[in-house]
Amino acid sequence: MIEIKNLHKSYKMGSNSLHVLKGIDFSVAEGELVAIMGSSGSGKSTLLNILGMLDTADSGDYVLDGVPIENLNETKAAQYRNKFLGFIFQSFNLINYKSAMENVALPLYYQKVNRKERQEKALNYLERVGLKQWATHLPSELSGGQKQRVAIARAMAAEPKVLLADEPTGALDSKTSYEVMDLIQKINDDGNTILVVTHEEDIAEMCKRIVHLKDGVIVEDKKVEQVRASAYV
Amino acid sequence: MFDIERWQEIFDTIRKNKLRTFLTGLSVASGIFILVILLGFGQGMQNGIDKEFSSDASNMIGVWTQVTTKEYKGLNPGRVIQLRDENYDFLEERHAGELEYKSPMYRVFNTSILYKNESGSYSIWGSSPDFQQLENAFMSQGRFLNFNDERQKAKVVVISNKIHRELLGSMENPIGEYLEISGLSFQIIGVYGDVGGDREEEKIYMPVSTAQGVFNGADRLNNMFFTLKPAATFEESLAESERFTEEMTTYLKQAHMVAPDDLSAINTFNTLENVQRFHNLSSGIRIFFWFVGICTIIAGIVGVSNVMLIIVKERTKEIGIRKALGAKPISVIGLILHEAIFVTAVFGFGGLIFSMGLLELLGPMVEVDYVVNPSIDFNVALITVFLLIFAGALAGFFPAYRAARIQPIIALRDE
Repeated sequence: MIEIKNLHKSYKMGSNSLHVLKGIDFSVAEGELVAIMGSSGSGKSTLLNILGMLDTADSGDYVLDGVPIENLNETKAAQYRNKFLGFIFQSFNLINYKSAMENVALPLYYQKVNRKERQEKALNYLERVGLKQWATHLPSELSGGQKQRVAIARAMAAEPKVLLADEPTGALDSKTSYEVMDLIQKINDDGNTILVVTHEEDIAEMCKRIVHLKDGVIVEDKKVEQVRASAYV
Repeated sequence: MFDIERWQEIFDTIRKNKLRTFLTGLSVASGIFILVILLGFGQGMQNGIDKEFSSDASNMIGVWTQVTTKEYKGLNPGRVIQLRDENYDFLEERHAGELEYKSPMYRVFNTSILYKNESGSYSIWGSSPDFQQLENAFMSQGRFLNFNDERQKAKVVVISNKIHRELLGSMENPIGEYLEISGLSFQIIGVYGDVGGDREEEKIYMPVSTAQGVFNGADRLNNMFFTLKPAATFEESLAESERFTEEMTTYLKQAHMVAPDDLSAINTFNTLENVQRFHNLSSGIRIFFWFVGICTIIAGIVGVSNVMLIIVKERTKEIGIRKALGAKPISVIGLILHEAIFVTAVFGFGGLIFSMGLLELLGPMVEVDYVVNPSIDFNVALITVFLLIFAGALAGFFPAYRAARIQPIIALRDE
């Protein structure tokens, strides 16, 4: 599903250049649930942003679902993001003046799905994350866990090939974190490929594979026995 | 263009940001408002000046003479130049095709006029029948002089409403009564009024031939007045009348042996030149109004672009989210432009309708000298609004373009 070879990325910081990713080789098969771990500054978020085409690499190859991702302009990147990727952010990134349902329906708008179908689908996905009765509420009226579940529903709504989650539990207490992870696991059980960036051990343990990043290189890549989050809920 | 979802997006943002939208709109609406009012008053001044000059025939050319100041062909300076009938006849004949109204003038000031026991002192103006048009006098009773009176040297006079009041106050209808002037009896054939008011009603008209005969004028004239047939445009009329004045002066100088460069012997005036001066003044004022109006519009545009910049800044994160979800740059630009155009259009037309309504309603009530019925050409106003909308779109475009270019990762990081 994801194929990465010799990926490099550096940031210019005034006169200094900060080499963040120093040649990453990495691949993910369909249906995997991968945790990317590392301390802050290890390059894990940068990697995820490049995978999500929110940022571009300096050099290296990236193939997503058989499509080489190269020479991206903004329009092309937008198309790919819409077609291939769903995002879950630490800070939820819901649009604050739109109701939960409108937020979930937004990626479908960019897929040119008509209005009625959009609303049906959005309600359907809200139901799957257990928030159907909150459909008309604004994000400000929802708790952190609820917001993240709306965000997950939104990421799912576009039916992407890969879900990218950047510290999805970073802003949540542990009980809500486990609820969110339970949801992510269930989505993965349905066959969706999911990448989760986290620095929390217990969250990583709930994935099927853990990739450790340190100073811009992969130091460890192991399959783990998945801990089911439902045990904690 | 018609995309329900996008319209809803726009109404959503507008509803969420009522004050901001209102302030943007206000700067647009007030820009249009001020422009329309200014242009309206510019037009009002034009109307006012036109009206002010409609009281006398506005293309009248007159001539009078003084003494020569230059020696010419052996003749000493200081010679008195006297206009004569033959001068008038020559000009009348030579320019017959282009003259509209014409009149010679033999004038006697402070003549004592008697009616029974009443007496008063007025000017006698010996003139031709055309003089009514030249003076823009209107008849209250009876008639003005005609060519028969002139040919027969009839002893008839036309008096003014003022003289009627002062000498024949008891008479409802003075037509047919006789006035005594210089020991002779003159029959009143008409009473005139002048829009210029009492100041213009101090004179008694009689045929020029009669006046010359009664007051020993022989063939002498004090003045000659002419108006030319109006040309298609003001500029052409002005050129025509300047050419006529020139030709007339040249002829008179030759006829009276006046040096061609003697500026004081033959004097002319041309009311059109005065009108021209006022036209220049009023178009100068109009240009100034336009300038101020356009500056106001520019201020409005700057206001709009300023607000658009703030809007884009405020929505950077939202734009980042939208882009992460698959919004193409063009759709981001479209969203922001659409809002900018919508707000400018609504408030622009609002300002237009409000200000034009105000002009329509209050315009006819304005009663100030030199300002009559301020109004504005609807097309000009409409063009201005479209210009403003276009400018609003332009003002929105650059911030929108910048926003669309921001990398989503940077936009998302924005708090």
